[in-house]
Amino acid sequence: MHTTIAIWKKQVWDTSKNKTILIQLVLFPVITVIMNYAVKMEDMPELSYLKLFSIMYLAMAPITSMSAIISEEKEKGTLRALMMSYVRPWEYLLGVGAYVFCCCTIGTVFMSKGCGMEGQAWNRYMAVMAVGMVISILLGAAIGMWSKDQMSATSLQVPVMCVFSFLPMIAQFNDQVARVGKFFYTQQLYNIVLDIENVKISMENVVIIGANALLILVFFFLAYRKEGLSKD
Amino acid sequence: MISVLDVTKRFGEKTVLDGVSMTVQDGEIFGLLGPSGAGKTTLIRILTGQLRAESGEVMVLGKRVSALSGADKKQFGIMMDDFGLYERLNCYQNLKVFADIYGVDDRAIAQVLAEVKLESARHVEVSKLSKGMKERLRLARALLTKPKVLFLDEPTSGLDPQTANEIHEIIRARKDAGTVILLTTHNMAEAEKLCDHLVLLHEGKIVESGTPKEICLRYDRTKRIVLTTRDGRAQTWSFDTSEASKDLKMREDDATHRLQQLDEMTSAVRKALEENDLAMIHSQEPNLETVFMALTGKRLEE
Repeated sequence: MHTTIAIWKKQVWDTSKNKTILIQLVLFPVITVIMNYAVKMEDMPELSYLKLFSIMYLAMAPITSMSAIISEEKEKGTLRALMMSYVRPWEYLLGVGAYVFCCCTIGTVFMSKGCGMEGQAWNRYMAVMAVGMVISILLGAAIGMWSKDQMSATSLQVPVMCVFSFLPMIAQFNDQVARVGKFFYTQQLYNIVLDIENVKISMENVVIIGANALLILVFFFLAYRKEGLSKD
Repeated sequence: MISVLDVTKRFGEKTVLDGVSMTVQDGEIFGLLGPSGAGKTTLIRILTGQLRAESGEVMVLGKRVSALSGADKKQFGIMMDDFGLYERLNCYQNLKVFADIYGVDDRAIAQVLAEVKLESARHVEVSKLSKGMKERLRLARALLTKPKVLFLDEPTSGLDPQTANEIHEIIRARKDAGTVILLTTHNMAEAEKLCDHLVLLHEGKIVESGTPKEICLRYDRTKRIVLTTRDGRAQTWSFDTSEASKDLKMREDDATHRLQQLDEMTSAVRKALEENDLAMIHSQEPNLETVFMALTGKRLEE
């Protein structure tokens, strides 16, 4: 466990000086709170910005942060130094993943409390967000492992992130996109969050989120077997 | 301490190591000398368990590398060419990450920072360090656990002579403290200066081994005498000193040539002395570079 804590601590030091990652983690929560109070439209349901931006946040921040951290470590050879210090791959992934999860949780708390979400709805909202963040962290880690360097990670992470984060928003205006989008975990999480005050989780929600998680887990293990964390 | 027996390693069709055997004794600095692509780094990677050999046996600390436990491997200090540093962290934080992983305390960090003379840069961000300081920090990271075996891959590559000398001093101090050191280099001066025992690697094969002096003497077939006069002109005479040349049945024309050479040299020395024109007279022995050239037809730096 001390190894995972050491990796976590390293990530705190490193990210505090890494503006690229910091912006990813801070930007959306701040924009959400500002939008919630600054842009009000008639007939707009309560907390609309929060609900939409939360899903975009959980599809963007964990994916980009995880893949950027892992690919940078691969490119600069620090990951090889860690592996040669007999850090087990799961200890490393747990340390970095836990760090990204904590940062995203803080962002989520900031934006939800900042927008005034309270009570049982907030508890449920946090649970749904946690599930989404874990899936996105796994996806980001898989992309980071699959990529040899930061450049290749970016070229893979951007389209993946766009698909998962923008589809729920576009699906609101386009039925065809909605028909495709419903097969993605972010769309299903959005559907749950939209009605978070009433807790209506359908079988469709559970099956699609579960299937997405399973597929991402398979991709994660494939990436690990193919590239791993320190293979030549 | 380390033994390698008939090790072969291939990358696809290319054989990178071909039947390599060697033994590293306790308390010595052992050098792998060879040009780029000779297989030096691959051999270190096999010894540290980063790669597996196709065939042969590799023993470190009395155990097969594949059977070494995590605790055994924590007795290794490894400084590879491609092991990076966290550029946004300072020197202390870079070492602290690994100290926490190894379970060593802050006193060990202070000790290694002092050993590599980086105490004053303790809180300086790595991105702001010079190349030499970064190399010293990488070395400090390898020394953090007071390792029994230190693997150094090209530890002074690309450094200025002063920084290289500082790193040599640290390596020697570690040797005196009882650490076994295995280093790779393509710098023959570094190998001659530091190593107690050397192997010359070429295209994955050991072409020569021994102490630097032994290797040079083995190829001491031609003695060169160089006379330099005050105006900087140099004259060189070469004498065959091989065993064959001592044969009394040497061919007549060879013997005549040798006598002529001797005659010419003594006349030149006498003349320079008489005219008070002698600046320097010295012999030139073969060095590792010339030995490597003689063995492979290539230069070490190639």
